[in-house]
Amino acid sequence: MLVTQFLLLGALLFCCGIYGVLARRNAVMILMSIELMLNAVNINLITFGHLHGDIGAQVFALFVIAVAAAEVGVGLAIVLLIYRNRSSVNVEDLDLMRG
Amino acid sequence: MLENAFIIPLIPAISFVLILALGKRLKGGAAAHWIGIAAVGAAFVLSIVAAVQWIDRSEDAASGDSHAAVVEVEDGDHAEGAAGGGSGTTLLATEADGEGEAGHAPTAQPVISQITWLQSGGVEHKVGTYVDGLSVLLLVVVSTVSLLVHVYSTEYVKGDRRYVHYFAFLSLFTASMLFFVLSSSILQMIVGWELVGVCSFALIGHWWEEGENSNAALKAFLTNRVGDIGLLIGMIILFFAAGTFDVFTINDMIAHGEIRHLLLLIAALALTAAVMSKSGQFPLHTWLPDAMAGPTPVSALIHAATMVVAGVYLVARLYPVFYDGYAIQSSSFNILAITGGFTALMAAGLAFAQWDIKKVLAYSTVSQLGYMVMALGVGAWTAAVFHLFTHALFKACLFLGAGSVSHASHHTFDMRKMGGLKKDMPFTFWTFIISSLALAGIFPLAGFWSKDEILVGALEGQSTGYPVMLILGCAVAAMTAAYMTRVIWYTFFGEYRGEGHPHESSKVITIPLMLLAGGAILGGLANLPTPVAEKIGIKGFAHRIETYAEPIDFLEPLGFSVAAPSLGMALVGLGLALFGILVTYLYFWRDMGPHGLTERNRYAKAGYAFLENKYYLDVLYTDIIVGSIKRPIAKATYWFNQNVIDKIVNTAGEGARDGGKWVYKYIDQGLVDGAVNGAGATANASGEGLRLVQSGKVQHYGALLFGSAAVLAIIFVIVI
Repeated sequence: MLVTQFLLLGALLFCCGIYGVLARRNAVMILMSIELMLNAVNINLITFGHLHGDIGAQVFALFVIAVAAAEVGVGLAIVLLIYRNRSSVNVEDLDLMRG
Repeated sequence: MLENAFIIPLIPAISFVLILALGKRLKGGAAAHWIGIAAVGAAFVLSIVAAVQWIDRSEDAASGDSHAAVVEVEDGDHAEGAAGGGSGTTLLATEADGEGEAGHAPTAQPVISQITWLQSGGVEHKVGTYVDGLSVLLLVVVSTVSLLVHVYSTEYVKGDRRYVHYFAFLSLFTASMLFFVLSSSILQMIVGWELVGVCSFALIGHWWEEGENSNAALKAFLTNRVGDIGLLIGMIILFFAAGTFDVFTINDMIAHGEIRHLLLLIAALALTAAVMSKSGQFPLHTWLPDAMAGPTPVSALIHAATMVVAGVYLVARLYPVFYDGYAIQSSSFNILAITGGFTALMAAGLAFAQWDIKKVLAYSTVSQLGYMVMALGVGAWTAAVFHLFTHALFKACLFLGAGSVSHASHHTFDMRKMGGLKKDMPFTFWTFIISSLALAGIFPLAGFWSKDEILVGALEGQSTGYPVMLILGCAVAAMTAAYMTRVIWYTFFGEYRGEGHPHESSKVITIPLMLLAGGAILGGLANLPTPVAEKIGIKGFAHRIETYAEPIDFLEPLGFSVAAPSLGMALVGLGLALFGILVTYLYFWRDMGPHGLTERNRYAKAGYAFLENKYYLDVLYTDIIVGSIKRPIAKATYWFNQNVIDKIVNTAGEGARDGGKWVYKYIDQGLVDGAVNGAGATANASGEGLRLVQSGKVQHYGALLFGSAAVLAIIFVIVI
């Protein structure tokens, strides 16, 4: 098995995620991109776990998946509230922190 | 019972918890004593069982049919309620090795049951029980006296505001003392030693509302701390010398000369300090008379019969350490013997000048403890243990008698407010007389036999006699008889000088007195000399304590020998005691001798004041030692405070004021204001610049984050 192939897959997925987070305007799409990044991390974990013959990495990946699910739950709730208040999920409109 | 001896201290320990938890609910606390009495009664019965089994074991060993002297080392469910399956491994070890060399009858080996407590640095620390003649004897003494004191207390402290608390601590004390005498390792001994100290503290301060009592408790505790340092040091030295905390192994190694003499000497010296504090030896005895602030039954149990002999027990248990360390075999003078002898003499002198009946008894206790320590110092092991046994019986009786007297005469302990109680309190009077005669050493009561053995021990010594100790011992024998006669005169004869009408105490009080007085009469049977036992036709009953308790296997290789009884010495001891009684009798009853000498003669007055003030030892401790350390330090500190610190503070203040003006003018107005204004302006300008970065858009921030992470990653890759 070529470890590099999986690592490249992980890196590619991560870059896709970063692109989505930075370039998308829709908050829901940004959340989905974050999921992509988390999964890239999972792939890395499992790859290295396999390399070292350590089952612990897979357990860790399962934890990441569980935490990601919770995170999406919270994130979507926030997005829903933003939509109710502003009738929009465009992150361009959300610049209350502007200096 | 010998293997499962841990049950004996466990029962009163459980009783302690039960009394604390349930005591108040039993008739509002008024029935709390039943738990304690039941537990101590059970411990008493089991102690008797253990004693009988030990005697059987000794007889078997002596008749030779159990050649395999057994030392049992068990890992498993034994000791202190530890659970778990018993994978008992029984080792047949150390087959009576004294047999061949010395030619005495094989003695029973101690029964040791142990579990591993903890493992550290490859050394296993074990706890468990060590049952031999000595510990069995102590078990019987402690549980007997404790049981009688429990019964007595139900009347004596009836209606006390801390009745439940009182019985809880009596239980805990009994448990701790039983635990202490069964210790199989010196580490365990330290635990027991401290536990009895805590109980003593709590019970001395039982009526802590009065400052005097709580001070006495503190004094007892703190004085004991001084000796505890010695205990710790001694035990640590023994541990590093022997590589184990195990009592049996340590004694065995010393018996075979495997530990260097110098180490043993240092350990013995350190442990002697511990004995001084716990057993009230000069110069750390001052706490014991003050400890009489506690309830009288407590004084009888803890400060006369059991706890204060912990020091004597410690020496007896680790006797090879002292025997080899002080070279008792070949010398005729050592620290232990002179400490004991001097304490005995000094305390006997003090007992003459006290008006508090309990204080007289307290000094008498100190004096008798000195006797025991002296006996150990001159190599009379059995005599010391025998005296411990008899003394516990008659001194407990005397203390309980004093309590009964005080109960009758309006709760005072001042002998000037007693007198003439003979006709009102016949039971108390007769038991008191019997115990006093036993203490004085009058034939054939218990004290006669044990005191005689100590004097013979000092006369014959080991390879040489101990003349100094013999003289001290003889002087004390006469003095003891004299001061006890004085107490009896003031308490029971003459006219009643107190308030109210004295009355005999109830049966709950007099029956323990009678039982203990019976012990004071018959206690001597425990170790009768052979010639006497032959005369009265119980030859097989001679030297029982010596036969059952003496750790001869440890001591024989070191050259230990037992002094033969001597009729001459017995007559001298008896004569001295009778002389003491006679002189006091003539002085008080027949009104002979120099009465009022202390008022008329300046020197006699000074001497009396010297005694009355306890040789000024308390003054020495509190005023001179503490004072000399405290006062100059306080003075120096005050001077330092006034002259140095104040000056520095004042100078600093003035300097600061002048400096402040200058600083205001130039630094504050010029430099600081300028800097502050400048900083504000700079911040404003930079903020304007940075404002552009703060777009408020999350994605901007994200882009910056990832961008900088990428830059750092690139640097990382290039550099590494």
